[in-house]
Amino acid sequence: MAFLTDRKRATGMGSAKSGTHHFWSMKVSSVALLFLLPMFIFTFGGILGSNYAEVMTYFGRPFPAIVAALTILVGFKHFNDGAQVLIEDYVHGLMQKVLIILLTCLSYGAAAVGIFAIAKLAL
Amino acid sequence: MADVNRGNRPLSPHLSIYRPQLTSMTSILTRITGNAMLLAALLIVWWFLAAATSESYFAVANGFLTSWFGDLVLFLSLWGMWYHTLAGVRHLIWDNAIGLEINTAEKMGYAVIGGSILLTLITVIII
Repeated sequence: MAFLTDRKRATGMGSAKSGTHHFWSMKVSSVALLFLLPMFIFTFGGILGSNYAEVMTYFGRPFPAIVAALTILVGFKHFNDGAQVLIEDYVHGLMQKVLIILLTCLSYGAAAVGIFAIAKLAL
Repeated sequence: MADVNRGNRPLSPHLSIYRPQLTSMTSILTRITGNAMLLAALLIVWWFLAAATSESYFAVANGFLTSWFGDLVLFLSLWGMWYHTLAGVRHLIWDNAIGLEINTAEKMGYAVIGGSILLTLITVIII
């Protein structure tokens, strides 16, 4: 025991079990969304309600397609991080782990579907 | 024995007589708006998938999103998005240990509520 430093003994013993990585990654994605979401709202909101041909042409252009794909990717990552904290706050034990796994599948699944669809529209 | 009455004391906070504060209400609303946007996000992903699949499937998804129910979900999510965005900015300010005094926090709380309504109306007018 004498060879263990105080730092080593404390690491991982807090209620969060880890450091500030989760907090920091939410900060990074939140600042990204601060710019992405308004761009997405005004491109997607502008084309919603148009007919099929107009939508195909619009998302064939690079800017609306890249903004939409990035917003879906970063948005679902941010959602995943945030909803995980929601689960950790209210659900405990085995159910907590099960829900976090399901949440992760949903977030990455939805992001993959969205990006695949936009890529197909754009290319 | 210092406390004979252990286990039979009133619990705190007394939720039934608790006066809700602006700070706690704006805080829980941040979480609610953030997670409620999942519905709109999934609908939008579905819309993109339908557009990438076929014209007839696009008509189904597009019809749903532009129906009164779709409009309602997207309108509420638009407000939720602006609310969550402004509340997030407030958190980014707080992270620097600025504006944590109750007075300042409450002022920013009113700014978040008012600003989100204003930005929602501006967005609806532009779009």
